Amino acid sequence: MKVAIITFPGSNCDYDLYKCVQLVGGNPEFLWHRDSSLGKVDAVMLPGGFSYGDYLRAGAIAAMSPIMAAVKEFADHGGPVLGICNGFQVLCEANLLPGALLPNTSLLFASKEVTLSVENNSTIFTDLYESDRSLRMPIAHAEGNYYADEETLERLEEDGRVMFRYLGPQGKPTNESNPNGSANHIAGIINTKGNVMGMMPHPERAVETILGSVDGLDLFKSLLNHISASKRV
Amino acid sequence: MSRIRLEIRIVPRPGLLDPEGKAIQSGLQSLNYTDIHEVRVGKILLIELDADSTQDAINQATSMCQRLLANPVTEDFLIKLHEDSENSE
Repeated sequence: MKVAIITFPGSNCDYDLYKCVQLVGGNPEFLWHRDSSLGKVDAVMLPGGFSYGDYLRAGAIAAMSPIMAAVKEFADHGGPVLGICNGFQVLCEANLLPGALLPNTSLLFASKEVTLSVENNSTIFTDLYESDRSLRMPIAHAEGNYYADEETLERLEEDGRVMFRYLGPQGKPTNESNPNGSANHIAGIINTKGNVMGMMPHPERAVETILGSVDGLDLFKSLLNHISASKRV
Repeated sequence: MSRIRLEIRIVPRPGLLDPEGKAIQSGLQSLNYTDIHEVRVGKILLIELDADSTQDAINQATSMCQRLLANPVTEDFLIKLHEDSENSE
């Protein structure tokens, strides 16, 4: 699995992603935001960080960079694209995913471990997760408050395109356990075609026991399996 | 072509929660400004550009807002001619 990891000025989780892709047996490759072509890759990942210092709006300027035209084309042809944290913000700003990520209602930078439900385990990113499994992984963001108009939210819910939700200690989403004020406690979503996913939590920081959790590992393994299977056909 | 200065005001959509505005409101209330109903925080961009006419400048700025400066999901924008822009024509 050849994976393009896009580095923007201000990305800071690109090396975490690189290591993580290697860990599951994939072949990562860094691409620079000024590149105009992806070359021959099987998947694209947009890392976390603070591209362009979060100027204007988080992800807004990165979404206009030259490489994003190639990422859009790749996504339009069904190529898998994963955006984590700042990568999720970039995907929303680039109109590859609906909605927007607003400043956390607390106005604080939220850096902690959260518990997530797996809302849809029949996608290329999540099919190794059991449906009742809850995941522990970190969040680290100031703008993770998912917002979309009522109609879009209804469509996301009806289509099963909410991927992850923040859970409270009783295993249910609560306002107290919602770390940023996200609508419907949403932590991640997927596009209609099922090939572009964005999420605020960091699965790439939960892939080794020394990191405190390995719950992110199956996400990358799911994608790797899917790509290997589609190559065998 | 003339040099035209525009002021672009970008504000969160009405009804959208604005935590920064809320925090400022509570700060003002601590100073006894208790009659405030709402504070909303946006941003102002001053843009100086060469254009064929004022209308051309506004059209260009509208396109800039739609494509990058404002997020259509969460923000509204207002474009105004900046004072003393006319003098440079």
